[in-house]
Amino acid sequence: MSTIPDEALASEAKQHEVTSILRCFELERRDFLKLLGGGVLVCACANSLAQESGRGHGEGHELPEDIAAWLYIAENGRVTVYTGKVEMGQNIRTSLAQQVAEELRVPMDSISMTMGDTELVPWDMGTFGSRTTPTMGPQLRTMAVAAREMLVGVAAQQWNVQPSALVAADGKVTNPKINQSRSYGELTHGQKLVKVVEGDPELTPATQWKIAGQPMPKVDGTAFVTGKHKYTPDIQRPGMVYGKVLRPTGFRATLVSLDDSEAVKRSGVTVVRDGEFVGVTALNLWSAERAVAALKAQWKAPQQISDRELFSYLKANADKGESEPPKVAGSVEKAMAAAEIKLSQTYTVAYIQHAPLEPRAAVAEWQGDKLTVWTGTQRPFAVRDGLATAFHIPTSNVHVMVPDTGSAYGGKHTPDAAVEAARLAKAAGKPVKLIWTREEEFTWAYFRPAGVIEIKSGAQRDGTITAWEYHNYNSGPAAIDTPYNIPNKLIQFHPSDEPLRQGSYRGLAATANHFARESHMDELAHAAGMDPLQFRLKNTTDDRLSAVYQAVAEKAAWGKQKSTMGHGIGIAGGFEKGGHVATVAEVEVGRDKSVRVVRVMEAFECGAIVNPDGLRNQIAGAIMMGLGGALSEAIRFDNGRILNPHFSQYRVPRFNDMPQIEVVLVDRKDKPSAGAGETPIVGVAPAVANAIFAATGERLRSMPLKSS
Amino acid sequence: MAATIVVNGKPHHLTLPPDTPLLWILRDELQLTGTKYGCGEGQCGACTVLLEGKAVRSCITPFSDAVGKRIVTIEGLEENGRLHPVQEAFLKEDAFQCAYCTSGMIISAVALLSSTKTPSDAEIVHAMNGNICRCGTYPRIVAAVREATQAAKKA
Repeated sequence: MSTIPDEALASEAKQHEVTSILRCFELERRDFLKLLGGGVLVCACANSLAQESGRGHGEGHELPEDIAAWLYIAENGRVTVYTGKVEMGQNIRTSLAQQVAEELRVPMDSISMTMGDTELVPWDMGTFGSRTTPTMGPQLRTMAVAAREMLVGVAAQQWNVQPSALVAADGKVTNPKINQSRSYGELTHGQKLVKVVEGDPELTPATQWKIAGQPMPKVDGTAFVTGKHKYTPDIQRPGMVYGKVLRPTGFRATLVSLDDSEAVKRSGVTVVRDGEFVGVTALNLWSAERAVAALKAQWKAPQQISDRELFSYLKANADKGESEPPKVAGSVEKAMAAAEIKLSQTYTVAYIQHAPLEPRAAVAEWQGDKLTVWTGTQRPFAVRDGLATAFHIPTSNVHVMVPDTGSAYGGKHTPDAAVEAARLAKAAGKPVKLIWTREEEFTWAYFRPAGVIEIKSGAQRDGTITAWEYHNYNSGPAAIDTPYNIPNKLIQFHPSDEPLRQGSYRGLAATANHFARESHMDELAHAAGMDPLQFRLKNTTDDRLSAVYQAVAEKAAWGKQKSTMGHGIGIAGGFEKGGHVATVAEVEVGRDKSVRVVRVMEAFECGAIVNPDGLRNQIAGAIMMGLGGALSEAIRFDNGRILNPHFSQYRVPRFNDMPQIEVVLVDRKDKPSAGAGETPIVGVAPAVANAIFAATGERLRSMPLKSS
Repeated sequence: MAATIVVNGKPHHLTLPPDTPLLWILRDELQLTGTKYGCGEGQCGACTVLLEGKAVRSCITPFSDAVGKRIVTIEGLEENGRLHPVQEAFLKEDAFQCAYCTSGMIISAVALLSSTKTPSDAEIVHAMNGNICRCGTYPRIVAAVREATQAAKKA
């Protein structure tokens, strides 16, 4: 099973706002066991597995702590896999099915994945932190191996032979001696076989994979190209009405007065007020929008800062609450005093928005005090718990279903839309659909934290880094430690007061920390008069990091092509969440200082690759998304209001921003598979910044990168 | 206002305020939910449909402008149970991640290929630039449009 130190997992979870109760009630699971007919049901108690793998209990567990059913093989041979992970474009519906098919020895198309349905799947912490591949992959593979071994055992009994004499393949167990086969369905003989997995059965090594490890297209692609897939905003319920929430004029505003006399006159419109919450329901979405526009509300809000004061504010308000002590090695002070090269620089990153194309949305339906909600979220069980808390009902009364979702990027952790839809549905006495507008998305969702990063460093003239002092204010501790060997270092994250509601974003602060660190590495390399790649390789002994650097350097013909005025090449790299990445960017900078990224090459290594085609898609997508944060995306705000809450004012990457993208996959079949949804983004911004320096001699230290 | 719109070859008689966006008529009145809301301002292309063969943003097309026009949505591209070559090409290139933008992308590509038989990559980028794929699947989408062009040539 996957192992991750409790401390690391707790820190990861904290950064994803997992502060709510991490309990799991699994009463409904037992009802579920009764409902199934014949076939094979594979259950596991993650507790025993966790103990064997050295993981403890308490906060930060990833898998349910009591017995749960993970895999069911029906008599007709259909396999259903149950997981609390959700699909939002990262392609795990396909990659997890590949892993089950591999271990169970069944064809891909015999597998259905039931995902993110709180009444059917085992409890899950949530789909974030690149945890699906390293945790859920081995978990489901373990269940599949257990099922296969059980079926082989049943066949061995039926044929009265040793299990080792039999072969499982293609959904059948074969006895080669008598040249007979029995399908998995036949083997169950109409009985219900329940297998409770204990311990760690042996998984198939990646070197022997036949289905996993192969490029595989999205399993249900046809539903998407025909428009038939139902995302949350597409769900229809009988008698359903449409909801809309009245938003305050600014953050932290309180409602002074409300005049709904005009809105309530509109046909089919109901106005709901509950404390500060005001919303409407109407017969269609357009009427709901117009009814909200007809509400006359007065709000009172305190004076708040603007983006112009943001970075001084973050520093001035740091460490007021709990702060972790710095990570210290050696003496930075002494090493700095002795260093031949000394640098001190400050880097900043702006607040940015996830801007998933499917906005936050929910459909909520009450039957008595039982609540059913469809919503696009990364954390179905946390949303279930959030709803239970909001409406003072037991979690067993709440059923959350997550249709495959129109992306999230770390932005869909909170139950906001679900709670709003449920509140309106309770008042209306009818199912309610609620879809946030783009402006609501840009304003009322949470943001990737802005941050200030200060680095002081010292090195010898031969390019050996000797001192490293690093302070990150507000943006976060992910990937804050340096992957380079530096004997004297002091590294610290300083939480600050949050002027805007902030939360997780693809890669968390790994993007900000890589931007600052890898920009600074470039500055040090130039100060030492060394090639930036050679400088990095000189200061690391991490073979996996060196390998991706060398792989991308080869692709980019690094060192052969020289930067010239207006045309620059930059490099950056690092590792995080088991993924090792190195990125080379090639830019053209016009006389007007406009930057065009013409080519991005990236080498990525995340252990044994499960689906190379899906992985390439993720990496190219992360590169495109990374270009937005690198060059154009920044939330502007003033006094509690967002100043650019529209795609016309907040530029996300478009077709004409697309560079030539070349991805180099490094497949390490000897290493466990790691996730790849996040880390491919981290090298993009620093590689671009370093390329701009190579093209212009100007060092840009703020994301998004803008020439002064 | 009471009027008829023709969607995917079928007439629908509707009584709605004239400023009702076509997007919400398709989705809420006709249950054609393949056309997506992304921004409501014509900035992202998720709601793209064909109106008299041209790509338009249905979120900023009022009912009054759609009356009497032939409208085709993603649900109307299949013919006799066969996918449109652009749909086939998106499948072949696996040109999506979350796929929320896919309907709009496919419709924009269909409109492009109906006016320009063999667009260059630059023409594809230009024609599709109003469609956002936040997952950043642009290279594969361009490859899919190119693929559909090739398929059309062979056909």
